[in-house]
Amino acid sequence: MANDIKNKHNKTKQSAKKSKLKMQPYQDLAKTKLAKTDPGSAIDMVAKARIADRMCGSDFIRYALTDFVELHGDRAYGDDNAITCGIGFLDDLAVTVITLEKGKTTNERIKRNFGSAHPEGYRKALRLMKQAEKFERPVICFVDTSGAYCGIGAEERGQGHAIARNLMEMMTLNTPILSVLTGEGGSGGALGLAVADEVWMMQNSIYSVISPEGCASILYKDEKKSPEAAEALKLTSKNLLSFGIVEQIIPENDKTLSNLKTKILEKLHSLLQLDPAELIKRRYDRFRKIGKYEEKKEILIVN
Amino acid sequence: MLKHIFKKPNIEPEVPVSIEYHKCIDCGTKVDLRKFEDDLKECVCGKSLPLSARKRIDSIADKSSFVELHKNLCTVDILEFKDYKTKLETAKKASGELEAVIVGHCSINGLLCCIFVMDTHFFMGSMGVVVGEKITRIFEYATINNLPVIGFCASGGARMQEGIFSLMQMAKTSGAIKRHSDKGLLYISDLTNPTTGGVTASFAMESDIIIAEPKSLIAFAGPRVIEQTIKQKLPFGFQISDFVLNKGFIDLIVKRKELKPELAKLLRMHCKSEK
Repeated sequence: MANDIKNKHNKTKQSAKKSKLKMQPYQDLAKTKLAKTDPGSAIDMVAKARIADRMCGSDFIRYALTDFVELHGDRAYGDDNAITCGIGFLDDLAVTVITLEKGKTTNERIKRNFGSAHPEGYRKALRLMKQAEKFERPVICFVDTSGAYCGIGAEERGQGHAIARNLMEMMTLNTPILSVLTGEGGSGGALGLAVADEVWMMQNSIYSVISPEGCASILYKDEKKSPEAAEALKLTSKNLLSFGIVEQIIPENDKTLSNLKTKILEKLHSLLQLDPAELIKRRYDRFRKIGKYEEKKEILIVN
Repeated sequence: MLKHIFKKPNIEPEVPVSIEYHKCIDCGTKVDLRKFEDDLKECVCGKSLPLSARKRIDSIADKSSFVELHKNLCTVDILEFKDYKTKLETAKKASGELEAVIVGHCSINGLLCCIFVMDTHFFMGSMGVVVGEKITRIFEYATINNLPVIGFCASGGARMQEGIFSLMQMAKTSGAIKRHSDKGLLYISDLTNPTTGGVTASFAMESDIIIAEPKSLIAFAGPRVIEQTIKQKLPFGFQISDFVLNKGFIDLIVKRKELKPELAKLLRMHCKSEK
């Protein structure tokens, strides 16, 4: 059995080598994509958000956390490598960190299933959030995913149920939660780790209910119209800040990591000051107020 | 994405107009059209056609007990998405409703409860801000008034034209359901064909008891998306009620005609004696 897996893995490795899908070409791919798009346009932002060697949660763990211990498994089915969870010290503060990311090298990408988590990943995250609640540790989530994995196994093991559970439990988790979207915030798969007291976005990240390609193929029956779709979906960090969906945009420069560390520490300390009931009430209200609608007084009749 | 599911039932049976009967697309059984309507558009084999929200309420609520709430909430084109306004108008005309969900309270065999019913005739039952808001409000209402909630889900998922705002409805409704649940109140969801996407990943799966209609598609990612992703044909019956039951994600499958007594039974078991 183990040998089978090993062989399979080696084969994938070889085929990856054959197709020259190493780290370098990924970056090239991203660059060529960048070259084709108008700088500053929504689709340009999408391309930037998908660059393979963007800053991700693991970078933050390596940079900012001391004594980090990774914890595995959902205690029900298995472990999901797309999501890394663990505990460590952020200065003197013990925190639980959960990071969903795509991986930078080919091997890492394969291991992480290209950042698309299975139900066991969301369940592992929830298990560790509940653990954080028990030990009164704040939770930091980093998210970069094109979406929760859609495949046979994921459906069989209740992808919808796993995400739904997370949304519900995170809403009343009795400890501060902070979510940072580092690259792509792909629909329910991202939201499953982004029901938080504050959600921040990296300058060049995106957050959307559907990928621009998906949207274009449904709406215009043509994937090539994804630039239009990206524009229409208003998925850039600037758009989302103006809508009040996120609280902060983290500028991307050579000081990103140190800047992020300072900001996260500041925010966590201020959230820890709050009474737990107040914290949960604020989190509820944060999501409660999102969205616009009209409430007409007269009785409307549709023919 | 899921258009084909909704389109299928609309195919006119290839029969002369004078003979009015319904032929099941699944088992081929022919039934007199009036009998089919009486059976709430459900074939003996369990395969059914979409039922409008109003008809569904009539089928489970005690006569004239239903009181609709928040019916004048209207959708605004929040992202100024191309053609969205026109599509909304078409949806309104097609369904005779203002949005894809109706909420209110009613009694079932004399037992009072809150209810929300989604309608696929309106924009494929997709979840936008108004759908999220109405469902959130009915849960808040039920929490204040200590009432159970019965919810009928039928949806193609989140409404793309409302972008990120539709995604946020998943979190919003989940919050309201959690508060309702934490107060010790009962929520029963009935998953009808199809329940998919953002609805599956939020309020459809957050209930205490999950019922499904026979032969309904219950999925997070729709079968076509999966087939495109894994480049394989999916096995027969994948993501259909029986399959989901076997995988352990729903409690029971109940036919439309048998639902009312079943719900009444469950509601009665959760009645707290008034002291």
